[in-house]
Amino acid sequence: MTPAFNTVQELATYSKGWTYVLMGLSLMCVVGFWFFLHGRDESKDPFKNVKQHHK
Amino acid sequence: MNRRTFLGLMGAAGVTLGTGSVSHAASAADVKGLPDSGAVLFDATRCIGCRKCEEACNTVNELPKPQAKFDDLKVLETPRRTHADVFTVVNKYQPAGAKAPVFRKIQCNHCLEPACASACFVQAFKKNETGAVSYDASLCVGCRYCMIACSFGIPAYEYNEALTPRVRKCTFCEPRLKEGKLPGCVEACPKEALVFGKRSEIIRIARQRIMDNPDKYLDHIYGEHEMGGTAWMTISGVPFKELGMREDLGVEPAGSYTSGALSAVPVVVGMWPVLLGGIYAVSKRKDRIAEEEKQKAVTDAIARASADAEAKLSEELTKAEVANKRRIEVEVKKALEAAAQSQTSGEEE
Amino acid sequence: MTTHASAKNGGGSLFTPFNVICGIILLIGAGLTVLRFTGGLGAVTALDDNNPWGIWIAFDLLCGVALAAGGYTTSAACYVFGLKRYHGAVRPAILTAFLGYALVVFALHYDVGRPWRLPYPVFVQQGTTSILFEVGLCVFIYLTVLFVEFLPVALEWKGWPKTRNVLVKLTMALTILGVVLSTMHQSSLGALFLIAPTKLHPLWYSSYLPVFFFVSSMFAGMSMVIFEGSMSHRWLHHKMDSGHLDASDHVVLGFAKAASYIMFGYLSLKAFGLAMDNRWHYLLTGYGAWFLFEVLGFVALPCYLYAVGARDKNIGLIRKTSILAVLGIVLNRFNISLVAFNWQLPSADRYFPSLGEIGVSVFVVTVGLVAFKFITTRMPVFFEHPDYPDHH
Repeated sequence: MTPAFNTVQELATYSKGWTYVLMGLSLMCVVGFWFFLHGRDESKDPFKNVKQHHK
Repeated sequence: MNRRTFLGLMGAAGVTLGTGSVSHAASAADVKGLPDSGAVLFDATRCIGCRKCEEACNTVNELPKPQAKFDDLKVLETPRRTHADVFTVVNKYQPAGAKAPVFRKIQCNHCLEPACASACFVQAFKKNETGAVSYDASLCVGCRYCMIACSFGIPAYEYNEALTPRVRKCTFCEPRLKEGKLPGCVEACPKEALVFGKRSEIIRIARQRIMDNPDKYLDHIYGEHEMGGTAWMTISGVPFKELGMREDLGVEPAGSYTSGALSAVPVVVGMWPVLLGGIYAVSKRKDRIAEEEKQKAVTDAIARASADAEAKLSEELTKAEVANKRRIEVEVKKALEAAAQSQTSGEEE
Repeated sequence: MTTHASAKNGGGSLFTPFNVICGIILLIGAGLTVLRFTGGLGAVTALDDNNPWGIWIAFDLLCGVALAAGGYTTSAACYVFGLKRYHGAVRPAILTAFLGYALVVFALHYDVGRPWRLPYPVFVQQGTTSILFEVGLCVFIYLTVLFVEFLPVALEWKGWPKTRNVLVKLTMALTILGVVLSTMHQSSLGALFLIAPTKLHPLWYSSYLPVFFFVSSMFAGMSMVIFEGSMSHRWLHHKMDSGHLDASDHVVLGFAKAASYIMFGYLSLKAFGLAMDNRWHYLLTGYGAWFLFEVLGFVALPCYLYAVGARDKNIGLIRKTSILAVLGIVLNRFNISLVAFNWQLPSADRYFPSLGEIGVSVFVVTVGLVAFKFITTRMPVFFEHPDYPDHH
């Protein structure tokens, strides 16, 4: 059960606290999801074909 | 990562979340409020500016004695504010048109939804059920954002402490409250300008006084709703502006001004990776298509060039073949003619 | 032709004019540090109970963070938007950003009362309703991201190829995370002032403050990249290889165009803000004139000059304009935190920085310049390390 809140401040601290936890989790999950989505694409090095200036 | 691994991970996450306790969403309607928390009414028509409350506060909190004594009323000629070792001050005001000066006691208002508590990034401030907004010096980092946030300009700072500076303000004498005693200043007031009680009761008292003496008081309890409501409230016979009290603070608690910005933050976390990842994917795809088209154009050009070359080559070969054939025919013809001639000259002998 | 970093500072004397001046400033800084931690903030600053934040917040924190925004804008341009010709500008921008944020944290150690407790909001107790908590958390994570983004440069210098290659693979993820974090904390620095509507002048107070801060951070960062590029071309030209030099005009032109366009949007937002809150009559006051001076002289004017410079391919004009734009960001942050803040207080109660505060701010910037010079003269920032020709 969610704790009882005397003030909006207490409620907001609780709700935003959980939001921060979820933000961290979602950032980690989005990386995993990205790899899942692009799992079958051939290996792509975006700069494979960029000519670099050598000495 | 393949599909099986991804689904496996999601499953594990789901089980973990599911075995946690079931909770229901809380909203502002679930906030109980603190109607019975401690409150004080300051009656500006009763205060005589004797400064006994300042003295009591100084004693109870064991603060350093100031240079000028507490019975030195010349101090009142200059408006003062709270300070690192001065939790409350009484100021003298001369309202326009009034015969006598009026006095106001300034101290932390112990708001119901304190700006300092909303602003503090280590939750060092807390509104307690006693009514006091307490400060935990063992957590304070000393960022002083609470001082920026407080619209009453109350918190002071120990700028001259090198290693252990604290934020300083009225504590509502919370230890005394817990013992059932009155705050030091309330007890010391000789004119009963200060009265302590439950907030709901204090508001009733204030309303009663205003109703009983409509010519004596303005019909407004300052602090009933200002900044979301405060524990320390004031009633007065002169406009509150004349007492140096801001009348433009509004009724919204300070935290409501930042909650909009705070709620935008998770949207960034949720959508920016999607947008940016999308832009990256699109730009990569554009590059790949451009690369493929370039390759195709090169291949086509080569194919065309070699087809051209081949066509030219076979043309030349055909020409050469024809020329060759003709040359052969010419030679054969010549040889035949030569043979025919020699035969004819042989027969004549 | 690639110029290799010289291992030492040439063969010359240690007492160059630059080194001597920096040395004096560093000594003064050391003295002020002792004063600060033996006598408290009161011994060094002009801060008081009415003005708890001074130039260490206005300049070192607010301006420092805004001007370090070149890190996320440049790496986003190169890696997210795929604009590969910005590649040469990424490392200098990441270095500027990393040093910028490191200096912000360094300066905060002087400003907060108990700097050893700076980790408290993250590790001890979280004030999750506080905008400052969000700023602190983001800056803490972002500084780590910048450090990891910069580390390959140091590893190339030190010759640790395996670790370096692993880190480089993280570039895309770090870049996106960097933009996410930057959006959050750049806007939150503006949101800090939302809690004090009664203390900030109506022309600067707006519920759009977070948007203003984020949008202006974009052209702040781009202008700093152009400005820092001008300085580096002047003083560190010998460290730049042809790859860097060839692309630098392209970067300047591109950023001038982008900055100009974003500034145009910002000006619209400013107008919308005034309209939404019906603030027009304030423009006719003294503060109004100052507001117009800031917005027209230091945003509208550079917006126009950047556009002219981009259209005419006038690199010189763009470089000069970047100075104006950077000054405009400084003016804006100062206005919000010092000039328009507490505008209603009587002038006797207003704040002006003490010499000690100015000294510490100059000291902090000098530490940054010295670090920048040390790193760019040795590590592959303006040139490619021969062992890592593609360096990605």
